[in-house]
Parts: sequence; structure tokens; C-alpha cells
Amino acid sequence: MDEGALGQQYADGEVICRQGEPGDRMYVIQAGRATVVREEGGTEVVVRELIAGDVFGEMAIFERQPRSATVRAKGTARVLTLDKRAFLRGVHEDPSLAYGILQAMSQRIRSLTEELSRLKSKG
Amino acid sequence: MSMALEDGSRVAVIGGGPAGSLFAYYLLTFAQRIDLNLLVDIYEPRDFTRPGPAGCNMCGGIVSESLVQLLALEGINLPSTVVQRGIDSYVLHTDQSSVRIDTPLTEKRIAAVHRGGGPRNVRALKWGGLDGYLLGMAQQRGAKVVAARVGEVGWNDGRPQVRVEGGAHTYDLLAGATGVNSSGWQLFEQLGLRSRRPETTKAYVTELNLGDELIAQYFGSSMHMFLLTIPRLDCAAIIPKGDFLTVCLLGRDIDRELVTAFFESPAVKRCFPPTWTPAEGECHCSPKINVREAACPFMDRVVLVGDSGVTRLYKDGIGAAYRTAKAAARTAVFSGVSARDFQKYYWPIYRSIARDNRYGWLIFALVHRIKAVGALRRGAVKMAGGEQAAPGMARRMSIVLWDMFTGSAPYREIFSRTLDPRFLGRFIWESALAAVGDGRGK
Repeated sequence: MDEGALGQQYADGEVICRQGEPGDRMYVIQAGRATVVREEGGTEVVVRELIAGDVFGEMAIFERQPRSATVRAKGTARVLTLDKRAFLRGVHEDPSLAYGILQAMSQRIRSLTEELSRLKSKG
Repeated sequence: MSMALEDGSRVAVIGGGPAGSLFAYYLLTFAQRIDLNLLVDIYEPRDFTRPGPAGCNMCGGIVSESLVQLLALEGINLPSTVVQRGIDSYVLHTDQSSVRIDTPLTEKRIAAVHRGGGPRNVRALKWGGLDGYLLGMAQQRGAKVVAARVGEVGWNDGRPQVRVEGGAHTYDLLAGATGVNSSGWQLFEQLGLRSRRPETTKAYVTELNLGDELIAQYFGSSMHMFLLTIPRLDCAAIIPKGDFLTVCLLGRDIDRELVTAFFESPAVKRCFPPTWTPAEGECHCSPKINVREAACPFMDRVVLVGDSGVTRLYKDGIGAAYRTAKAAARTAVFSGVSARDFQKYYWPIYRSIARDNRYGWLIFALVHRIKAVGALRRGAVKMAGGEQAAPGMARRMSIVLWDMFTGSAPYREIFSRTLDPRFLGRFIWESALAAVGDGRGK
């Protein structure tokens, strides 16, 4: 990783945010990849994979709920943190700032709907 | 005649620096979201890939912490080919001592960039400049870059017309993004814009070629800020970037005498290798910077963005370019291009930046006072140093200094933090201790 990279570097497997912890920030992957893991009754289920440019951790900003999943670096990853207060202030001045997040959430709902439909058709 | 942009409407942007490029980028982004087809021409005669003054927009080259975050949210992640060094801390130097202040997250969230192709004595182009990168983004969105200098502008049947060598082109909207270092303002006067010009002062920027290794060893990934008792100097910074250091001096009438006094001061000498002396012929410039906004930045079918209109006092000029460019683009696409539209939707953002600068002036006046009194100066450094040494302690002085030097927060917010009784109490206490120490020393 070079000196011009922004954000913080995480080693392979290192936790970026942990399920159950309170969240006051979200993240954007600058380089590398990460996996979203849901811990259920002692076992871990990989929910999805994130790549450079993906935003995550935004649910905790909108819902004031603890983190719904753990995110770990997959290989070396560089991640930029976005402050909750800076984000919400920004949206107050310029609501179009939230457009990208809405787009990402919409894509996630679409893929979850497809997944749910596949699971139901199997069952 | 309709004052709204329609399918096929043509927009001219004069100037392809960050304000012009971001205006074109957001205009096309918003238009595409509502299936509106616009034709955008950016008039920019310079080639930003060329090293030296020919491809440079002459500034300190810092993308602030808040702007890095906002851009990332919008999917604009500055690549490591543009960011020459990620900054995660700053070091505050006074005549006697220095204190390093880390961000609470110890994360690189400030981007040090070159605006053009790099200083004129650059040996190898390892990085691209910010201006070329943003212009490329606007082109990817569909803007056309016209590599021509606009000689004259006028009106054609109620629409602005741009005249360049080889022809005249009529547009539905003209955005002025010429900054304050060109003769751009005359163009807006030709259009009949009745406004007070922006007031400017001269800054000094130089690029010192120390090489990557020495820079990493002596300056690391910190911005170095100086609180020195040099008259007329408001603010001085040394910013590490790749093989070069950018030295940026801001204040009133920066001249050779002041520049020499800066490099000769013990606090600056301490930062450099012991045998280093400034070489003759390093790339340097004395750009004008906007210190008071243009009174009126719009008329029917004409809007000024970035430094041509308003910028933040001394700091975060690229952030102000982003805010004005985006607000003007939003107004043009979603509301209209009449003076009334700009008054209603663009003016509030413009005015908020201008008003915030009034607090900036107040803060810099206070800094001058603090600089002049040794005990206050040492009190500030001791308070920040104490906060850094005790991780659990509230970082009141550190945050005030961080936001002031990095341009990460509005001046008004910084000013209100300094009025907090806990901040004031601690500052007075530390300064009193420093004064008692002075008395004993005598």
C-alpha cells in the first residue's frame, strides 16, 4: 500500500466493525475487499462481499441500533471512515448526498428479494 | 423565453479547475438522473498534465477531511495516483516548541495533492494532478473540453455567447469558474454582471524538492503548521507530497522579506535536515487568493462558482468550489437558470460561506493576539500537548487547532467551541502556569 492511499489499512481477517457494537460511523472501501459476516448461535454466515467503492455501516447511522453484522478485511484492505455527524449535517445542507446510499440500499433490497424468492421456491 | 434547461440545452463552463469541472460533473449527473439531455462545453486552455506553471492552478493542494468524506460518499474516491500523501496528523510549531496532534481515529483522511502536473523541476510524473482528474471525471460524464481561451463574451438574442478564435457559440447557461488569477472577471463585466469584484491578497507557495526518503524521515504523514511571531504572517504550512514539500504562506502582502524571515526562523529550521538550505530556482508562485466574496454571483443565465465568487478564508478552497459548484448545478437542473432561481437556491449556500468567513477573520485576529503574547502561545501548545499525552482527556484545544488548520469545520463552529467555559478555563490555567514559569525564569 502506498503513501498516497487514504483511510486506514486492515490486515487479512482483521475486524473493521463488529456485530452488536454501537455504530456512530460508516465506511467506504478504498482498496481491497471485505466480507460481511453474521454471527448466529456461535456460527458465522458470510452474508456478502464488499469491493472498493462500497459503503457499509450506514444502517447503524439511520437506525441507532447496534451493528447487525461484523465486517472483516479479506486480504489487505484500506477503509475510509465517514463520521455520522458530518454525514447527517451534509445531508441537511444537500439532500442529494444521500442519493448514493439510497441507490446502494435499493440494490441490496433487490438482491435480498431475489435471494428470498430463491429460498422460498426451494422450501 | 423559458428560463429552465430543456433537452438539448447548451451550457458553457469557462474554466476547467475544480469549480468548473465539478459544476459540469454535477450538472450532467443530476440531468442524467432525470433523463435530461444537456450539452456541456468546458473552456480550458491549459493542459493539467504539464509540470510547472503552465498546468498549475497555484494553491496549497489540500483536500480537507470533510471534503474527502463527502466525495467518498458520492462515489468519488480519490485514487492513490492523485493523492500524493495521505495526512493523518499535524505538528504545531511555535518559536520554542512543537506538538504533534493525531486525529482521534489515527486515519489518513486529508489528501495532499498537486493541482497540475507537478512542480517545474519534477523528474518523473509518478502522480496525476487533482485538476486533471476532476476534469477527466466531467469528460466521462459527457462534458466536452474546448482547449481555447475565451477572448470575449456577449449576448445573442437573450442568451450568453462565447467567442473564441474560429467562432462564436450561444448557450442557455454560462458558468464562470475562472478563479481570481486570470482576467476572467472582465468577461463577466462584458456580460453586464453588476457586482463588486472579489477582494484578493497575495499568498506565496513554493515546492521544495527534498526527495521521498528525507520527506518521510523529517515530515512523515503530518501537515506542519507554524504559529510564529513574524509580522503580517497569518498562517504558514509545510505539506509533504511525494518527492516535494509544498510550503504555503498566507497573510498580508507576503513579500521576499517575509519569506526569508520564515525560512530563517528556528522553528522552521528545526524541521529540516541540519545541512539543508533553500535552493535557488525552486518552483514558486505568488497567487492571488480571494479574501472577500464577489457581491453578486449571478444574473439571468449566468452564475459564478468557486473562487470567482466566494471561497473559504485561507482554507479548504477546493471544498468551497465543491459546495458552490454543486449548489449551482442543482439549481440549474432542478429549478431554472434565472437570477430569481439562483437567488432562491444558490444564494443561501454562497452567503453561508461568506458569512462564515467573518468568523474566520475574527479567529485569525485572535490568533495574532495569542502569537504576540508568549504565555498564551505556550499555554495553547501545552494544553494541546497535555491532551495528546492523556488519551482519555477531552481534546478541546487539539480539535480547535485541527479544524482551524485543516479547514475541516466551519469557522463559526470553531469559534463557538472556543467560548466553551471548559476550554477557556483550561487555556487560561495553562497560560497562567506558563506566565509564572516565565517570571521564575527571569
